[in-house]
Amino acid sequence: MSQTNMNETNMSGIRVIKDKCTGCEICTGVCPAAAISMIDNTAQIDPDRCTLCMSCVSACPSEAIEVVRQTIVKDDLSSYSGVWVFAECEENKLSSITFELLGKARKLAEDLNTHCAAVLLGYNVKNLTDSLIKRGADIVYLVDHPALLHYTSETYANTISDLVKRFKPEIFLAGATTLGRSLVSRIAVSVRTGLTADCTGLDIDKDKKILVQTRPAFGGNIMARIVCTSYRPQMSTVRHKVMPEAAIDENHQRKIVEVDFDEKFIDSRVKFLDFIKEQISTVNLSEANIIVSGGRGLKSAENFKIIEELAEALGAAVGSSRACVDAGWIPYSHQVGQTGRTVNPKIYIACGISGQIQHLVGMQSSKTIIAINSDPDAPIFKVADYGIVGDLFTVIPLLTKKIKQLRNK
Amino acid sequence: MLDYGLNEQQKMVKDLARQIAEEKIKPFSKQWDEEEQFPESAISALAKADMNALCIPEKFGGMGGGIFDLCLAVEEVARVDGGVATSYAATFLGMFPILLNGTEEQKQKYLPQVASGKSLCAFALTEPEAGSDASNVKTTATKDGDYYILNGVKHFITNGGVADINVVIAVTDKTKGARGISAFIVEKGTEGFSFGKKEEKLGIRCSPTRELIFQDCRVHKSQLLGGQEGLGFIATMKTFDYSRPGVAAQAVGIAQGAMELAISYANKRVQFNQKITSFQGIQWMIADMGAKIEAARALVYATAKAADAGQKNIGGASAAAKFYASDVAMEVSVNALQLFGGYGYIKEYPIEKFVRDAKITQIYEGTNQIQRNIVALQLIKEFGK
Amino acid sequence: MRVAVCIKQVPNTTEVKIDPKTKTLVREGVESIINPYDMYAIEEAIRLKEKYGCQTYVITMGPSQAESALREAISMGIDSAVLVSDRAFAGSDTWATSLILAKTLEYLGGFDLVICGKQASDGDTAQVGPGIAAHLKLPSATYVSHLKEVELSENKKIIVNRLLEDGVETLEVKLPAIITVVKEINEPRTPSLKGKMRAKSAEIQVVTNKQLQLPDTDVGLSGSPTSVVEIFTPPHKVGGKIFHGEPEIVVDQLLNEIKDLL
Repeated sequence: MSQTNMNETNMSGIRVIKDKCTGCEICTGVCPAAAISMIDNTAQIDPDRCTLCMSCVSACPSEAIEVVRQTIVKDDLSSYSGVWVFAECEENKLSSITFELLGKARKLAEDLNTHCAAVLLGYNVKNLTDSLIKRGADIVYLVDHPALLHYTSETYANTISDLVKRFKPEIFLAGATTLGRSLVSRIAVSVRTGLTADCTGLDIDKDKKILVQTRPAFGGNIMARIVCTSYRPQMSTVRHKVMPEAAIDENHQRKIVEVDFDEKFIDSRVKFLDFIKEQISTVNLSEANIIVSGGRGLKSAENFKIIEELAEALGAAVGSSRACVDAGWIPYSHQVGQTGRTVNPKIYIACGISGQIQHLVGMQSSKTIIAINSDPDAPIFKVADYGIVGDLFTVIPLLTKKIKQLRNK
Repeated sequence: MLDYGLNEQQKMVKDLARQIAEEKIKPFSKQWDEEEQFPESAISALAKADMNALCIPEKFGGMGGGIFDLCLAVEEVARVDGGVATSYAATFLGMFPILLNGTEEQKQKYLPQVASGKSLCAFALTEPEAGSDASNVKTTATKDGDYYILNGVKHFITNGGVADINVVIAVTDKTKGARGISAFIVEKGTEGFSFGKKEEKLGIRCSPTRELIFQDCRVHKSQLLGGQEGLGFIATMKTFDYSRPGVAAQAVGIAQGAMELAISYANKRVQFNQKITSFQGIQWMIADMGAKIEAARALVYATAKAADAGQKNIGGASAAAKFYASDVAMEVSVNALQLFGGYGYIKEYPIEKFVRDAKITQIYEGTNQIQRNIVALQLIKEFGK
Repeated sequence: MRVAVCIKQVPNTTEVKIDPKTKTLVREGVESIINPYDMYAIEEAIRLKEKYGCQTYVITMGPSQAESALREAISMGIDSAVLVSDRAFAGSDTWATSLILAKTLEYLGGFDLVICGKQASDGDTAQVGPGIAAHLKLPSATYVSHLKEVELSENKKIIVNRLLEDGVETLEVKLPAIITVVKEINEPRTPSLKGKMRAKSAEIQVVTNKQLQLPDTDVGLSGSPTSVVEIFTPPHKVGGKIFHGEPEIVVDQLLNEIKDLL
């Protein structure tokens, strides 16, 4: 490898524009690879340490750091059109994430002056096409075959990659579920295009006519805006409950394209054996609209009852901080946080949870955060929209009582 | 407060011990204490990480380190949990007699088992009538052909019931007084060797303390430590010279842990509109804690290093380190509790456990009164001219 | 049996702070650690080694400082380590990264099983594991919570449990294959002293693009279909309404604010 002068760019690279650099040193603080040093009051980037993560580019207040990319356009991008949604379903029922995606897909399609479509795979699932049309799909691409009864990522990815190559959508959306994330990762590689996971925002840049994807990184501590300029389709996965469900239009015109399944897509190396549904009767945390979580402030396992009672009154799921799970008060499936689940319900009520960063990264993108804690300095109050400083053993039962009264009216 | 110039391996030992303490011990410390539950996962983690191999020579599969490495490790474990530290250090206490006085065959047989983490050890000396007066042991070992028959009861034995390897002190010849006491290596599961009740203790509650009962327990003469009768007392005294710095290190660790908790709490506690650490009275308490801990630590480390360097008459320094450090641990932990105010008295807060754990360090492996006797006699011998 | 683990060195997200003046993420002085999920992958590989005597490799793509992550994996018990490093690879997105790792796995002679952590705690995409499988055209299983059976005779295969949102799925996958694992699969061990000493003196194999010979258009910034145009810190929630006072009163106040949301 030839030595490159630190201030020159290689074909794609990063450089500091010396004239613009004010020596403020903000870049040295944000660089995770410790690749920036100050020499003569000007930033210098060590290309052997730099990982091109772009943090310094965004952080520099003087726009003194620039990244040069050589863009390669492989295909005639204008031949791609349409916004597709992967219709995720289970046991012959479409999951709510599909409707949320369709709502967004319609909007994106309108902004791009194009159509919106759903991709449905399965066995004996033709009855679901109606629902997809009513929720906004102009076209449904249907592949119905016994081999598609149980989802396996290889067979589904082969089938969908073929559809993508044939029908050339410009945008492809899927739910950021365990199924969606693995499936779309395989498709993106097979089709050679860009995929952005867990998007919380999807918008069209009307000038460039491209999709701008916003997503959290570093456990939600920062947000990144990402584009896929030179490849198609632009693929994104979206988390539950980030977008509203599409409205139902009973009169929407239908077009179903039934595609024959090619048996060569079957990957016999993977065999579905069994599925055991979780017996816990509580609402699934990732799908819940409201979550009531308990923390160390509950002091004992028995006291989780007051959380459960509030959750029941609200029709909410029960969550927990790590402390309670470690103490054995509640099973791990309820844990919210860095080493538990990430959730983004409409309302998150944190009871007796101090709000350590490890918990926050699991819930801070909730739409409304309510905190109840006896410690006014608890970090949770910094991210809460509403809060009560008080004794949760008094406040929560009272809240439960009043909510029941409200609901009975 | 001081950098003790640790070499690469010693730094590794200290860092790894701390990592295990924080990750594998801290989350369970309170529960193990409350339920008097043997900290199996922590002891196992330490064993698998080669932390039982520290003082064992490389030719037996050990790390080839010395007492100093042991002190570094025990201190880090005790900083998080004094009870786990007791059970951890007890394996060394049971191993030292074999390392220092065992026959080559005995070393070959047992030391690799300890080094690999496969077996824990216990040292069985104390009896109901033989505490400080150690030579008053009544357990007998009667020769019967190629065997010895052990009869008697030991009590207050750390790791009793979980240790595979038990070094047992017994009388082989009543007429010879201290010279008639021998040591035997008795494996768990030997017929005639059983365990009595587990004691319920004030502190170090997760460390099992049991009675060992010998009823016509037959051990082969190859299990006689050193292959020679009458080595029991010498082996015991020599073992204590090397294990006492370990107890002292445990005390330093408990004191350090208590102090850190207290300072962290005090620096958040606001009364009279300010953090209580801004009050001079509190600051002086903290200063006294810090200086005493450092003094104790320096004495322990210096003793350990001297022992490793082969200093001959290490007994006085070991005893001094043990009684000084344990007195510091008691004083510091009580003052640390005081800094917590009312919260210090409440079991929900971790500090009261440190006070309960600290107390035993002033008692076991030779009460601090006995330790003072040892130091005094050595000093008088040297300077009383 | 040959097992490889792909790991990533990441900044410790729990230590990362926001600078209030510049509103940017301050990562200076933040420790670099092995991506937490990768620890479970490393542990699983070591357990396979202990049970079946397989050869284990740990591979990471990154700048030279990523070597410390490899040494940590060796100290836990992995046999060999490979650092994939080349300036040309910097700026790779998940597509390019999974290609580079896939080519490395091939270059090293292929493996029966490749284990990755579910996702990296900085990018959080969970795309590289399945991406490697797609590049190598191998079967994969993600969110593996239990490696139930390993069959090493003629018919090489594994049976795994996958942890889905609402239950546990059991799959049979023929080897060679890629799996990504979740925390439920095991409890990672702390390194041993002997392991740490071995790690200190271990030789790390370095693979650059000279060996992989990937075209510039497939790696680094140019090879990445996605690009980051901006990084910003999410707007801090300021001025939350916090109620103090008698429980009766504050509960009413709170309900007044949120009743329309319920």
